[in-house]
Amino acid sequence: MRELAYYEAKFEALGDILAADERVHLIGGTFLSLSPRRKLYQEIAARYPERVVAPPISELGFCGLATGAAMAGLRPVVDLSTGSFIFEAWPQIVNEAANAFYMSGGQTRTPVVFHLFHGIRGGGAAQHSASPQAMLWNCPGLEIVLPSSPRDVKGLLKTAVASDNPTIFVDHVQLLETHGPVPERDEAIPFGVADVKRRGGDVTVIATSYMVQRALGVADRLAADGIEVEVVDPRTLVPLDFAGLMASVEKTRRVVIVDETHQSCGVGAELAARIAESGFDRLKAPIRRVSTLDVPIAYSEPLENFISPSESRIAEAVRAALA
Amino acid sequence: MLPDLPRERLLDFCRRMLLIRHFEERLIALHDAGEFRGHYHVYIGQEATGVAALSCLAAGDYIFTTHRNHGHLLARGADPGRVFAEILGRRDGYNKGKGGSFHVAAAELGFLQTSGVVAGVIPLATGTAYAAKALGNRRVTLCFFGDGALEEGAAPEALNLASLWKLPVLFLCENNGKYGAGRAAGTAQSESMAAYPLTDLPRAYKIPAREVDGADARAVYAAVSEAIDEIRRGAGPRFIETQTVRWPGGETNWPAVPAPTNLALAWDVSAVPEKAREWYRVSDPLLILLRELVERRMATRDELAALENEVKDSIAAAARFALASPYPDPEEAPKDVFA
Repeated sequence: MRELAYYEAKFEALGDILAADERVHLIGGTFLSLSPRRKLYQEIAARYPERVVAPPISELGFCGLATGAAMAGLRPVVDLSTGSFIFEAWPQIVNEAANAFYMSGGQTRTPVVFHLFHGIRGGGAAQHSASPQAMLWNCPGLEIVLPSSPRDVKGLLKTAVASDNPTIFVDHVQLLETHGPVPERDEAIPFGVADVKRRGGDVTVIATSYMVQRALGVADRLAADGIEVEVVDPRTLVPLDFAGLMASVEKTRRVVIVDETHQSCGVGAELAARIAESGFDRLKAPIRRVSTLDVPIAYSEPLENFISPSESRIAEAVRAALA
Repeated sequence: MLPDLPRERLLDFCRRMLLIRHFEERLIALHDAGEFRGHYHVYIGQEATGVAALSCLAAGDYIFTTHRNHGHLLARGADPGRVFAEILGRRDGYNKGKGGSFHVAAAELGFLQTSGVVAGVIPLATGTAYAAKALGNRRVTLCFFGDGALEEGAAPEALNLASLWKLPVLFLCENNGKYGAGRAAGTAQSESMAAYPLTDLPRAYKIPAREVDGADARAVYAAVSEAIDEIRRGAGPRFIETQTVRWPGGETNWPAVPAPTNLALAWDVSAVPEKAREWYRVSDPLLILLRELVERRMATRDELAALENEVKDSIAAAARFALASPYPDPEEAPKDVFA
């Protein structure tokens, strides 16, 4: 299989979804981030000037616009840029889009995708580094997707656009330059199917988004010490492939959860609770969480590193789970 | 004054306004009898606006409305039994009992989402308009909201988008605060909005805007039909503020009927308690229309009495339908989260 950079796979996916369906409109301009890779996005915008639009800085307004447009037959994909900006659009996403199908008694479908870059990008400080996926997980009605590889970003974006539900596409700028296999053929990766990113028999690390890549790096180093880590990526939080996660937990009976949301009520908290509820007697050690510390994201690099789910904290948690 | 329309259309306006009035009065009785919970809002006093405005739309057009939606649904032809059933939380409600008074939606009539957040629908309305423009289907979006909605940030963001992208949407701001609670006497100015007149806001975004008397079916019909024609021709968004005097029974979140409406009140308001009498004598859009139909010899009092009886019977039947409708099976609660 050919190797592609993550940004290249995402670029292909954006072109494909526009080519495949005239109802797809891209609203916003930083699907490929503000990095030099944004030039590729300009190619797409030039190819589809009618369907690639640049809105004013009105997150609340254009997320509502996209939601309404989805109700009336389009399939808009909206870019919120930095994940923190979703807070500007919160009422239209969590109170209008998320509730629409339920509140209307199943009358109104809202096939809209909200795309954002979450997490610590390096120097983003407290207002450009948010990981809002745990808050969003607390809003029934939203599908939540977190790609972690070139193959996944392409295949999951296609499924997101095809979904009849409002979908949050939670990306991470630190993934853009990673490389990996991507099939030439058109591939939509279904939601709710966890992916074992690395096989191992000693301990299960459940990781999401960029933390998958970080966990894989830690796993390689621990292998030198004879520790075999299995890295499992749920890929979507809603729907969640809990059975897929438990299959690995049943095998290793030791679990570490690595994700970038804040620790309290974070993604790790919810996964740990579910695993404990249904598999407590199968576990040989307490479930460990490696999350972002419960403080606002700091600016200065050593401060930022201290609160992040760093490689050293992940390795420490794996060793503790094996102790 | 009466819109410049054939007699049949005027009688149809009258029937729809009567339907809304008797629906809402019955709803208040159902609430007082403990048939449903929570606070709610009625459309009494604004019937001329909703009926005249919605008569200007075509099939396939989109309508957004708010917590004060019952009148808009009924004016568009919704089944009053299913609206009652929704508000009573019954299985036969439009939303299967999952929405209630604040959220009555009827997709087949163009009501895709009814938001209980005052400005919640304004961005959504720019969205259906954006889709209509992109798909080239000539559908127009009519977005109703109250004057208070302009106090939320969603409103100016959406007005800006609609104007920038020339979207086919009519923003219809129903200012029901003329002389009402919290307003300076004799004006439609609000104590909570610095912009005055309210139409200064859309004008700042270069959206043509006008103010009309919302109790005057002729004025509303003329303004809305002209705006809808312009919008459908591709002229971009329009904004209309309709001003009505607040119904004295609705000054709190707990509506109370000062005097049940009947045809006779059009000519004699002595049955109305003195505190509310002036509103019924001067400002009630339904009674204004009934008087004009008789004065202009479009209908006799007997004909209107027959029409009112017919409407009252249909409301009684609708209420019976809703009360007989079962509550949803509790097992339905976890369903419909995802399509």
